[in-house]
Amino acid sequence: MADIKLQPNEKLDVRNILKDLDQYKPRRKGWTWRKHVDDLHMGPFEYHDCSEPLKNSVGLPPAKYFGDIDPQPDAVITTEIASGRFEDDIRRMRMAAWHGADHIMVIRHMGQSHIDGLMEGTPQGIGGVPITRKQVRAQRKALDIIEDEVGRPINYHSYVSGVAGPDVAVMFAEEGINGAHQDPQYNVLYRDINCVRSFVDACESKKVLAWADILQIDGAHNANATAREAWKVMPELIVQHAINALFSEKVGIKPENISLSTVPPTATPAPSVYMDLPYAVALRDICDRYKMRAQQNTKYICSSAREATVTHVLNMLISKLTRADIQSTITPDEGRNVPWHIYNIEACDNAKQTLVGLDGLMEMVELKKDGPLRDKAREIKERACLFMEEIVEVGGYFQAVQEGFFVDSAEYPERNGDGIARKIEGGIGYGYIFEREDDYMAPVTAHFGYNNVEQYGGDPADPAALIGGCTFEDRDKIVFIDELDEEDCVDRRFEKVAKYLDGEAIKPEMEWCADGTIMITMCIPTHVRAAEATALEIGNKLGLEDPEVISKEVLQDAEGTRIEMKGKVTFDVDPNNLEIPPEPHHLDDDTLFKEFSEHPMQVVCGTVGEDEHSVGLREIINIKHGGIEKWGIKVEYLGTSVPVEKLVDAAVELNADAILASTIISHDNVHYKNMKRINELAIEKGIRDKVIIAAGGTQVVPEEARNTGIDEGFGRDSHGIDVATFLAEEAMRRRGDL
Amino acid sequence: MKRADDFAQRRQHIANLTDEELYNRFWELTSQVVDPLLELGRKNTTPSVERAVLLRMGVSSLDTQKIVEGCMDRGLMGHGAGHVVYKLSKARNISIREASELLAKGEGWDEVTAMFKGGK
Repeated sequence: MADIKLQPNEKLDVRNILKDLDQYKPRRKGWTWRKHVDDLHMGPFEYHDCSEPLKNSVGLPPAKYFGDIDPQPDAVITTEIASGRFEDDIRRMRMAAWHGADHIMVIRHMGQSHIDGLMEGTPQGIGGVPITRKQVRAQRKALDIIEDEVGRPINYHSYVSGVAGPDVAVMFAEEGINGAHQDPQYNVLYRDINCVRSFVDACESKKVLAWADILQIDGAHNANATAREAWKVMPELIVQHAINALFSEKVGIKPENISLSTVPPTATPAPSVYMDLPYAVALRDICDRYKMRAQQNTKYICSSAREATVTHVLNMLISKLTRADIQSTITPDEGRNVPWHIYNIEACDNAKQTLVGLDGLMEMVELKKDGPLRDKAREIKERACLFMEEIVEVGGYFQAVQEGFFVDSAEYPERNGDGIARKIEGGIGYGYIFEREDDYMAPVTAHFGYNNVEQYGGDPADPAALIGGCTFEDRDKIVFIDELDEEDCVDRRFEKVAKYLDGEAIKPEMEWCADGTIMITMCIPTHVRAAEATALEIGNKLGLEDPEVISKEVLQDAEGTRIEMKGKVTFDVDPNNLEIPPEPHHLDDDTLFKEFSEHPMQVVCGTVGEDEHSVGLREIINIKHGGIEKWGIKVEYLGTSVPVEKLVDAAVELNADAILASTIISHDNVHYKNMKRINELAIEKGIRDKVIIAAGGTQVVPEEARNTGIDEGFGRDSHGIDVATFLAEEAMRRRGDL
Repeated sequence: MKRADDFAQRRQHIANLTDEELYNRFWELTSQVVDPLLELGRKNTTPSVERAVLLRMGVSSLDTQKIVEGCMDRGLMGHGAGHVVYKLSKARNISIREASELLAKGEGWDEVTAMFKGGK
């Protein structure tokens, strides 16, 4: 069905994705794990915890030093993308996939969990995306194309909760969704949906997820995010994980499709690994049958992306020391609510970098078998066991919820009496539970519970046969609804940004096509309050629309404040009027090494005239700075203020192949005069045919330099590679090899 | 409820369990907590469960809630909303989709209600 093929250098036009969407059929159902490779060799290295590489990807910045390798860790990497406009999210998904994400999670539109039934069409969302069949289908279809491009299956994920959980589960099963959050405890505690209703609905939802082989993630980590002191709910977290996991397993989800959403409870400056590691060990000991989806702590995240990143990395250390089958990457901007493209990508890179950096760690270290780690883990497990015991004692789960057992701020068994209490007879959806009669019947696949199909001669093993198969057997029965609102829909939004989509204009973008948003990082040398006001004034003077400070960090109370400010630019850039300089031409390392090994090159160089500048030339020659020595060129450096005669004499004496002159001072065109003089002297001494002459300096214009008679000039921003490439090619030309 | 940390006393009966025994006890207790929840799911239904049944029968999402409301108004939920649509389609010899569209428009209700109230 993915008949659209992407070219890496072409933008994905979502308008094409939407064509013939009603005809789309998902290519597979169910979850896909990465394929581990034993002793993976990439570039100069061997990896122990890595999986099959991608066909197309963007590696970490230093990859260029190692042959552009991009090793992929074993853990699935999650990224959450939901800007409110699903069409713009699709392009972000492509970027994330190129950076190693293979689990893309879409957060739902605020308030969707209280809507009775499915939403349809493509309305714009707030705090997430309205999850509809059209939106889901478009994104799954786009991911089919993107996964072909990167060469690895991508899991698509959203939420099965709220008062329409089973409806959504059915739609996800029909549309080839691969992962879903499903945890009735979440509905009960945080959405105040009646507890009986939540569990009856969850039975049906989970049965459908099981049929569709969808990986389920629970919601226990929310207790961590909600509790006053997150580390005190550790026993309860294990209880919540266990209830949902075993409940799911008993409905029919296989254990390897049950994933616990686990978050280390603390963040620095707490001694976080000392506290979080025993918890991680305890949870994995108890819930050893299930998968672990590790997410970074968000409870204590602030507005510093740097701080959030370190928390993320420390949390991944725990993942590595214990186990994480899925590594989530909350964007490091969670604390300041700027869910932007760039932060999804940063977070994916953080995960990839950390997990690859820690590759093979557990072949070298192991967790101690006794001492504080095991003692504390045992204590947490005992506290969790006692918690579960008391739930049974008071009469079961609903009674425990009613008595406020959950999200109490004290560490169990201590109680502060501030837990979230929900009435058994109360909450949203209360009064909408109906006992099934003897003749209750539902002629569909993956229906949970009592189902009297025998009354019509049906087969309990295949209830849907009564109607000739349901939508799970016959997709043609699915009713595809396109749009319900002619104004609040994707086509209207496309019209407003057509010129940007068509490449006729460019605007910066953080979330939505042509949103114009930019961020400026500044050090304002004053106290924090004045710095914020100063920043806003700067934003206004720059002509930014809606400037807003999104992060402030004190450098010193009086001396300065680090400010990050966002704002919108109001103008377009015309891509047709851009002056794009040609890409620099560089020979690759192998060619350069070969050239100078087979044809050794001796260079004499120095800064000429009355000129004491030495830094520029040293950068060009010094191996430590990526200079020409790196490729085997022999360099005789004569120093600064070298008379041009001395330079040429040295070339004669050493039988040099090239002269490099650095000339910074340009007063009265002395730099070009020196070049001219070097050329003349070389001719006089009879070496011009043999010797290559080049000169460089910040004020040198290559063309002007060549006009003096030398072979090449190098201006500002020239590097060793530019000079080495020139020397190699000039030597080849003179030999007749080029 | 407020309670001081009585972990030291409360743990007495599990303090000497091996890790494996503790593990087994924990999961045995968890079973006791979740089993009644599953039983509720087997015996009951809800508007969303029934909407999800209707969707799988090929009913439009725009009609599912209307049909479920019709069932609730007439005390038919215990029979199953899908069952109601099924029965009308059989009685009139029309497709499931056609039957669902009639019911969503408010038609055919007296007929199906009578079929359920009058036995089979």
